[in-house]
Amino acid sequence: MTELELLQSYWWLLISILGAALVFLLFVQGGQSMLYCGHNYGTRQLMVNSLGRKWEFTFTTLVVFGGAFFASFPLFYSTSFGGAYWLWMLILLSFILQAVSYEFRRKSGNLYGTRTYDAFLVFNGVAGCVLLGVAVGMFFFGGQFTVTKSNILDAAAPVISQWAPTHGLEAIADWRCLLLGVAVFFLARTLAAMYFVNDIAGDEAFTARMRRRTLVNGLIFALLFVAFLVVLFTATGYSSTPAGFISEPHLYFNNLLRMWWLAIVLILAVAAVLYGIAMTAFTRSRAGIWWSGFGTAAAVIVLFCLAGYNSTAYLASTTHPASSLTIANSSSSLFTLRVMSVVSVLIPFVLAYIVCVWRKMNAAPLTPQELSEDTHQY
Amino acid sequence: MNELLGTVDWSRAQFALTAMYHWLFVPLTIGLSVIVAIMETIYVRTGDSRWKGITKFWMTLFGINFACGVATGIILEFEFGTNWSNYSWFVGDIFGAPLAIEGILAFFMEATFIAVMFFGWNKVSRRFHLASTWLTALGVSLSALWILVANAWMQNPVGMRFDPAQMRNVMDNFFEVAFNAVAINKFFHAVFSGWTLAGVFVVGVSGWMLMRRRNIEAMRRSMKIGSIVGLAGILMTFYTGHGSAVQVARVQPMKLAAMEGLFNGGRDQALVGFGILDPEFRPGDKGDPMLFSIEIPYALSWLATGDPHAFVPGINDLIAGRAIDDNGDTVRTASYADRMASGRAAQDALRAYDNAHRSSDIPAMEAASADIARNFGDFGYGYFTDPMQAVPPVGLTFYSFHIMVIAGGFLLAVLLIMLIVSYRRPALLGKNWLAWLAMLSVPAVWICSQSGWVTAEVGRQPWVIQNLLPTCAAISDVTAASVRLTFWIFAAIFTLLLVAEISIMLRYIAKASKTDIENDNH
Repeated sequence: MTELELLQSYWWLLISILGAALVFLLFVQGGQSMLYCGHNYGTRQLMVNSLGRKWEFTFTTLVVFGGAFFASFPLFYSTSFGGAYWLWMLILLSFILQAVSYEFRRKSGNLYGTRTYDAFLVFNGVAGCVLLGVAVGMFFFGGQFTVTKSNILDAAAPVISQWAPTHGLEAIADWRCLLLGVAVFFLARTLAAMYFVNDIAGDEAFTARMRRRTLVNGLIFALLFVAFLVVLFTATGYSSTPAGFISEPHLYFNNLLRMWWLAIVLILAVAAVLYGIAMTAFTRSRAGIWWSGFGTAAAVIVLFCLAGYNSTAYLASTTHPASSLTIANSSSSLFTLRVMSVVSVLIPFVLAYIVCVWRKMNAAPLTPQELSEDTHQY
Repeated sequence: MNELLGTVDWSRAQFALTAMYHWLFVPLTIGLSVIVAIMETIYVRTGDSRWKGITKFWMTLFGINFACGVATGIILEFEFGTNWSNYSWFVGDIFGAPLAIEGILAFFMEATFIAVMFFGWNKVSRRFHLASTWLTALGVSLSALWILVANAWMQNPVGMRFDPAQMRNVMDNFFEVAFNAVAINKFFHAVFSGWTLAGVFVVGVSGWMLMRRRNIEAMRRSMKIGSIVGLAGILMTFYTGHGSAVQVARVQPMKLAAMEGLFNGGRDQALVGFGILDPEFRPGDKGDPMLFSIEIPYALSWLATGDPHAFVPGINDLIAGRAIDDNGDTVRTASYADRMASGRAAQDALRAYDNAHRSSDIPAMEAASADIARNFGDFGYGYFTDPMQAVPPVGLTFYSFHIMVIAGGFLLAVLLIMLIVSYRRPALLGKNWLAWLAMLSVPAVWICSQSGWVTAEVGRQPWVIQNLLPTCAAISDVTAASVRLTFWIFAAIFTLLLVAEISIMLRYIAKASKTDIENDNH
């Protein structure tokens, strides 16, 4: 393995870790989607204020996920964002609305009323999860695009990456991508229910309801995830060979067998998710979120590894396979990857202060009494 | 072709819309984070709880504004991909790195510690809270640093080379990218303009409350902090602005010429302090482009080069490739027609390289590589069919620059007055005329701040990467109708959010003015 190949693999792993963190942090969106599920005003306040202290992590992780992709795999950034235009615009729109809603929803003078901002939060909660899942689905089921670098010399039509005229709407209509999107949505709701159990105290009826909701959403997620795995492992993918791209039936299943250690991690990850769900639903423990959270993150990393490693096209072109993107043909130069790898040494320090602050701020759960005494609340 | 131009124009409009809305909120975030941190530092050092109340008042305004900055910021990053897909590939190897570093180093710092700022008063120690407030301010400035490094690189592309095999530019010197002189000036200029804006904001709000005789002591204290930070900011903004102008003269002489409405340059060049451009005047026309002007002799030559007698080229000189040497003789430099020919030669050589690469013809590849290297500095000119296409919109650049400078002068005077009055004549602080002066300076500072960015970004047109990639070659494969639709969606949403933010801020200020701000639980 050359240094360039090593760094390409390293950066794909970092992208995978960021993606894993993002999917875990989507519990914020999952919680937002539950705001109007039979909750009274007081309970809704607790939920919003519990989530409101974490929403920026999800938002920031999404932004960093995009930035890291730009720096390490710019051809993906160029092809996917400019190509699947409507898909990404809808995702961004939902996050714009989220960003102001927490701060504005109960401020006097907000013009549009609390219910409007809460509706924005619910919209982001549903659309954000489903559409991000759809976007990740394209890593496995591809898109309709071509990449012709010499187009940059054509003054009349200089665009390198060209996509189908539907510009990402076709991915939303692809049931396989949508299946993953809906699975991510129910995963986010499951994690959210567990997060509420962990972070909110002093309202036993609410906690009991969240434990039940963990079970219901968790079971729906489990069924959808199994269905997705069946679809994924029977799907045909594209891999890069010296002779060009070839389609390979059961590519992702074969990848799992070739990288057998990923199969072990996936089994352990699924077990951890299920254990966290069971722990929350059937015991009085508040720690289920951590089991399911780590399991979620590990499972997402495995899925990214299946998509990107082993010369697999992580963004296959279904209309022009030769244009498919792999981590080898879409990455930054060796020099840039080296520079970015030096910067990545700082990531553990960033993680350390996030963990430190999270522990301090969540040392005691949020209670109705604390909320009533806090001068700054959402 | 028409569809292409439509997409280019709507993409430019969408990016300008997003950037201008973003820059309504960001400078207030940059400056107010510092002001809040200073106030909290005083509280922690003195133990005086009145300062805690004052800190919380301004912190709430910071939080309201921060949300809108975040909302508009996410779009900016992703628009590089959604609307400028060619750009993302052509220079993504260099441009992506600062964006990623910004995310890793700055965004997480902000996101982590801002939660402590707002919700940690009773959960962490005073010192930990203070450290969090300062770290939030640092995170905000670090974020500005990396995005401005990226922006500066677009205006002065250094630390890179062109790789014909991949048809893109690749980084070969990170430190040249991160520490190029344009970036350093731009960073300090933008950050100190944020201090100025926030200082003026604090002065304006304080002036209103003092006029209403509400929270007099708290607002006098705020006025002092606001005018100190604002004055420091405006002085440094002027200083770094001069540095930026020197850099512009060096690397973007066409932008400087447009900023000054200078069509025919010369030695001993005067600076237009105030002027009205003839709207019908075009490059190549004879006569005076100014309908009216007040000029400062020698000032442009001196400001641009440090020598009051130096030659400063005008738009026509740059197009024709004309300069005047130290002896006063006219000499010829590369004209835009020459540069267009050179750019086309680079593009032809790249085509030849591509063909040679396909047939593995190594000698032909080497020959083409040499041709590309010889002409690559003018690569972007190869897209033009007329030298006039390389001229930015002169009127908009000229007026935005002069509005910025005039508004900056006004703000300098206001902040100086406020500082002197705050310390030497505090009794005057309740006077209506002074309060109105303070309040009028609030819209002036936003006009100044926006004008600065319009100058910087319109003045560099038609380039997205100076001399290498024009805007028309940087776009995505999206229809004009699609971009037009998203433009109007964003315009509507951002406007509604801006109106809501202003309404919330005004209501909060009015409500808080009737309470005791110095009381911790106001």
